[in-house]
Amino acid sequence: MVELIVYGIVLGSIIALGSVGLTLIWGITDLFNCAHGDQITVGAYLALLFSGLLSRIGPLSNPVGPFSFSWGLLLSFIPAIIVSIGLAVLVDRLVYKRMRRTGAHFITAFIASIGVAWALRGFIYIIWGADFHFYSEGLRGMVFLPAGIKLRIDEIFIMIVAWGSVAAVYLFLGRTKTGKALRALADNPNLARVSGINVERMLIWAWGLAGLLVAVAGILYGIETQLRPEMGWIFLLPLFAAVILGGKGSITGALAGGLVMGLAQQVSTLFLVPTYKPAVAFIIMILVLIFRPKGIFGRRSA
Amino acid sequence: MGMLDFLASFAIMASIYAIFSMGLNVHWGYTGLLNFGVAGFFAVGAYTSALFTSRMPTGALATYVRQAFGFNMPFLLGVLFAALFAGIVAVLIGLLTLRLSEAYLAISAIGVAETIRIFFNNERWLANGSQGLIGLKRPLGNVIPPAYYNYVYLLIVVIFLLLIYFALERGIRSPWGRVLRAIREDEVMAAADGKNVFFFKLQSLVLGAMIMGIGGALYAHYSAAIQPSVFEPLFGTFIIWTMLTVGGTGNNRGAILGAFIVWALWSWTTFLILKVVPPSFATRAPYIRYVIIGVLLVVFTSARPRGIIGEERQVSRF
Repeated sequence: MVELIVYGIVLGSIIALGSVGLTLIWGITDLFNCAHGDQITVGAYLALLFSGLLSRIGPLSNPVGPFSFSWGLLLSFIPAIIVSIGLAVLVDRLVYKRMRRTGAHFITAFIASIGVAWALRGFIYIIWGADFHFYSEGLRGMVFLPAGIKLRIDEIFIMIVAWGSVAAVYLFLGRTKTGKALRALADNPNLARVSGINVERMLIWAWGLAGLLVAVAGILYGIETQLRPEMGWIFLLPLFAAVILGGKGSITGALAGGLVMGLAQQVSTLFLVPTYKPAVAFIIMILVLIFRPKGIFGRRSA
Repeated sequence: MGMLDFLASFAIMASIYAIFSMGLNVHWGYTGLLNFGVAGFFAVGAYTSALFTSRMPTGALATYVRQAFGFNMPFLLGVLFAALFAGIVAVLIGLLTLRLSEAYLAISAIGVAETIRIFFNNERWLANGSQGLIGLKRPLGNVIPPAYYNYVYLLIVVIFLLLIYFALERGIRSPWGRVLRAIREDEVMAAADGKNVFFFKLQSLVLGAMIMGIGGALYAHYSAAIQPSVFEPLFGTFIIWTMLTVGGTGNNRGAILGAFIVWALWSWTTFLILKVVPPSFATRAPYIRYVIIGVLLVVFTSARPRGIIGEERQVSRF
């Protein structure tokens, strides 16, 4: 039981990180981005690409301290994040900006985002194939915590990076002028517009921020499990659940929702076959939608 | 001969997809219900008909194939029960989710469809779990020589397609159909006019689901084998959304046209690509179809949301 809770927190940290970008875009643009999961996949595969290139430089192929991954992977966070940000902004400019201009209903963008998801996944299949990939082939070291809990050393790294990134986003949104403008936009787009906030500029920031977060989430998820083209799509379902649980546009809510989803999925294995995990996330989500449509942690009244 | 056979099997699958597409048109095109869980009704229809028409395995086979029941019913009864069960599932889902707003309904529908698929995958006692059921009954299968079978099955599917098409065309031009479209355009107005919005939405959900159930049954008896992987969101739901969007949301002829166009792109690109690309790339090249379908969906939603045909302005003539 205690062990499952610890695993739940590890999984929940990655879900939380992934859901921050999703709820941000949802709050600001009304778009429930179905391509978010596949953007996570792209982030993970970009890191695979760059770490493969970097590992050709001899010393970079050595593992980082006790961790399973190499220095090359650690360095490849930077180019992977940059490309992921570029991609997120590009998709917004190419697809969603046009829809905003023509005043299309947000549902249209929602359906279009499924098209984006397919196209991204198609490219991943074409470039990397359907096989599983790993960042490193080596053995994965374990740490032994009290109460007989075994944790992979990598998982400590995952937790630190996940919550570090979340804290950075939190500070950015809370302390900087751009961050405050983004929050204002999420709260009340019309009021923000008349207050002189340049909406299109802010949307570039929002998509860029989402691009950054999906890349980090994708790489961490890739370290935790393995890389396959469907990884992000499957991961998207608990993300949706976490975001809905948290309430529209609420970052704190998404973080709490992510932890709840991680815990619920892992602890459910006490009673259910593990293959039911994704269904558990959904059933919780549907129950929340029925009884608390604004989310449990939702701060705003629509 | 080879070309004709190819065309027949293409037309069967395209017609089955056209049935799903028309079912989705009832939900999304006419009532504005964002059903992203087509695959769930597809699965319920396919499994129901498979179970009702197959024999309970006996002897050595029983150790390999498990199923909850097998009534050995005729094909048409299987289709009937498929529609019925899909309708019952729709009532249950509708009671739970139809009060939710658009995007929430869509996401819960994905969730329900995935839960149904995972359930069939895990519960081996019900329909043999992940291995699925094989050797399903093919209507008139023992009378018609295999070489001609596809042509006969095509005829059966087209009869279903036409029956559903004409029934829907009548329904949508009736006062009932106008209420659905009124709900799609403005729910509050429809409610203010004294229409029970929830009940009409439920009727629409059930009708569309029953059509999808029939499509599922037709698929099961055509492929003669079903397993849970068929009902994954991509293949069971989103390809159908692309078909309806491309053909023309809110128009049954558009739904059929879209199914044929998208299925042609889907099945023929593999065929053509494998002739062009080097063998070493052969396992990856077919995934270009994902890109094509994705780009189609984006292009149509952003540049031509009406689809190729689009909805007629006036559906009722006095």
